[in-house]
Amino acid sequence: MDLLRFSTAGSVDDGKSTLIGRLLFDSKGIFEDQLAAIEQTSRRRGYSQVDLALLTDGLRAEREQGITIDVAYRYFATPKRKFIIADTPGHVQYTRNMVTGASTADLAIVLVDARKGVLEQSRRHAFIASLLGIPHLVVAVNKMDLVGYDEAVYDAIQQEFADWASRLDVHDIAFIPISALHGDNVVQRSLAMPWYQGPSLLYHLEHVYIGSDRNLIDVRFPVQWIVRPQTEAHHDYRGYAGQVAAGVFKKGDEVVVLPSGHRTRIKRLETMDGEVETAMPPLSVTMLLEDELDISRGDMICRPHNQPAVTQDFEAMVCWMADAPLRAGSRYSLKHTTRSVKAVVDDLRYRMDVNTLHRDEGAAELGLNEIGRVRIRTSTPLLLDKYELSRTTGGFILIDETTLDTVGAGMVVRAGPPQEVPEPEDASESAADVAAA
Amino acid sequence: MIEPAHLSERALRRSLSHLDALESESVFIMREVAAEFERPVLLFSGGKDSIVLLRIAEKAFRPARFPFPLMHVDTGHNFSEVLDFRDRRVAELNERLIVASVQESIDKGRVAEELGNPSRNRLQTTTLLDAILEHRFDAVFGGARRDEEKARAKERVFSLRDEFGQWEPKAQRPELWNLFNGRLRRGQHMRVFPISNWTEMDVWQYIEREGVEVPSIYFAHERPVFRRDNMWLSTSEFLPNGPDEAVESMIVRYRTVGDMTCTGAVNSTAASVAEIIAEVAAARITERGATRADDAFSETSMEDRKREGYF
Ligand SMILES: Nc1nc2c(ncn2[C@@H]2O[C@H](COP(=O)(O)OP(=O)(O)O)[C@@H](O)[C@H]2O)c(=O)[nH]1
Repeated sequence: MDLLRFSTAGSVDDGKSTLIGRLLFDSKGIFEDQLAAIEQTSRRRGYSQVDLALLTDGLRAEREQGITIDVAYRYFATPKRKFIIADTPGHVQYTRNMVTGASTADLAIVLVDARKGVLEQSRRHAFIASLLGIPHLVVAVNKMDLVGYDEAVYDAIQQEFADWASRLDVHDIAFIPISALHGDNVVQRSLAMPWYQGPSLLYHLEHVYIGSDRNLIDVRFPVQWIVRPQTEAHHDYRGYAGQVAAGVFKKGDEVVVLPSGHRTRIKRLETMDGEVETAMPPLSVTMLLEDELDISRGDMICRPHNQPAVTQDFEAMVCWMADAPLRAGSRYSLKHTTRSVKAVVDDLRYRMDVNTLHRDEGAAELGLNEIGRVRIRTSTPLLLDKYELSRTTGGFILIDETTLDTVGAGMVVRAGPPQEVPEPEDASESAADVAAA
Repeated sequence: MIEPAHLSERALRRSLSHLDALESESVFIMREVAAEFERPVLLFSGGKDSIVLLRIAEKAFRPARFPFPLMHVDTGHNFSEVLDFRDRRVAELNERLIVASVQESIDKGRVAEELGNPSRNRLQTTTLLDAILEHRFDAVFGGARRDEEKARAKERVFSLRDEFGQWEPKAQRPELWNLFNGRLRRGQHMRVFPISNWTEMDVWQYIEREGVEVPSIYFAHERPVFRRDNMWLSTSEFLPNGPDEAVESMIVRYRTVGDMTCTGAVNSTAASVAEIIAEVAAARITERGATRADDAFSETSMEDRKREGYF
């Protein structure tokens, strides 16, 4: 059994809670006492049937306001897979939650209300999914029962959405017509839509192939912790522990340690359960090297012929998550892999309208929930890849030194100062740039 | 992405098992905390979730010792089997255990037992916060899981607490990728939940896979119990049965271990981890619903207690 993480996004009332409730209910991911509680609430509120959406109702503040304010995580499993749902609210003002939920997702479900068609918000959800590098997208066209299960309605939505998605960096996109309320095409194939030949949503979630989503080429190991027992039995033991970010490590491989550039070989790859021959994402492993080198947390172990950029200058797409805006000249602390440094925003290149993908190059700041492209300089070098190459070595967070809050999420678009790496402006850049061109 | 040809299909599949992925994530979280905090501590109650935490700590730090002590917040209302297990496990691991005693908090007048409520669950919070202050802990590992309860479903892996231990759901820091923000202001501390993404089922499957011991009360055994608040409670010196509460001897087991006075037993004949897994797979009631008297009070009771500094 493997693990699939997916995020769900939809505008208010598109039926997201109902859909999740149904997935949990039909896969027996909910229990009698939970069901009894929502039955009681449904009755109290005078509903004619049990409102499965209540299952995902969270905190008191949300219940009082009747909205979802934060990312909630849900779990269910079928005999095929274990699923982790990052359930994120869809309102415009919660872009930051959507970005958070998307950051670890293998797949995103975007809900579209069949009666309303592709709204600005649906486009925004798809854009965020592509910006955050989610490999698989599912567009669930919901409330098909309210449009008479009409194929033409579905076709039009699919066409319009596909046109939009072709401007984004989405590799795999599936469309499924459903009724979350009645269960059509959620777990079972629907009899009401014989014209639809594809799988049910759950079948798709169970079978979508994620094995090749991991980057197994660009070998990267951020050193997280150094294991030094300092006991008689392990006198000279010095293990470099961490989680493989990308690529495959093998015993005997020649490696280079960055930023020092020293080379050595892998003597052993260990876990507590013994030695392993190879290590690949997402394994946490301890590495023992042939030579005694001065290596600390925040360093990165790679292969000599394939290294990340070692740089203090780079450009990134940033999603802003705080009330106090980001401006050129602002200083933050920045965490990238296991390395924390000081950073200054050199330039705000543009702010992006996430609904139209229009770039506003005259923007002076990024406010809460806004996304833009910035140039950043750091106090010490980072070991960077483009985000599209590896989420782990291309993603970073910004922390406000006064509030200590996490205020920004960044995705590296270009590593290195602009004058030294004259790339064509759009050819190899992120989805956002391509789309905006 | 392209996969190198020399990797067998089996090797790829193996590295993708859900337990491996969960374990690796939890190990990563523990190492982050060890690296970024000055004085972490791991809460060990002897329950199955904290047993998994200990296993994860072994995976993260062996062959070295843990870079933090263990702590048990002891309500005094213990199952003796669990205390025995606790001490045996700590000795096997050769790690340091701190016991923070609720009884001592009561004796010192820090807290008072609630009239008519034998449970010391709420009182634990003060004992825990006092211990955090006394030892100047800045990060506290707990075994809470997000599938347990709906307030937990929204709690971060790194859960920032003020000096009163309070959780402020609206002021949570966004948590992206595996980049955890552990920055603290004076007086604050972090509660860290490395197994946030595990379910009850994952925990049991992992215990089975790893072959780690759990206290015997998790398995079916004969015990004198009586019915109260819709639960089977064990008779004990802390909780005598009332005049019209008949004591029966039954075959039961526990799904959670906690304060004896508010932890209910369930009818079960499951005598091995494999049988427990089969039972969990078929279970139609959440573990909290089945076994915790104090969670049932109100729809928001867990959220309220977390805001007060509870785990
Ligand atoms: N007819 C119909 N109603 C639906 C469907 N899905 C959801 N609804 C209803 O739409 C309303 C909003 O659904 P909810 O799940 O709360 O939406 P959310 O805001 O996206 O979580 C509720 O009244 C649901 O019962 C569907 O497939 N068909």
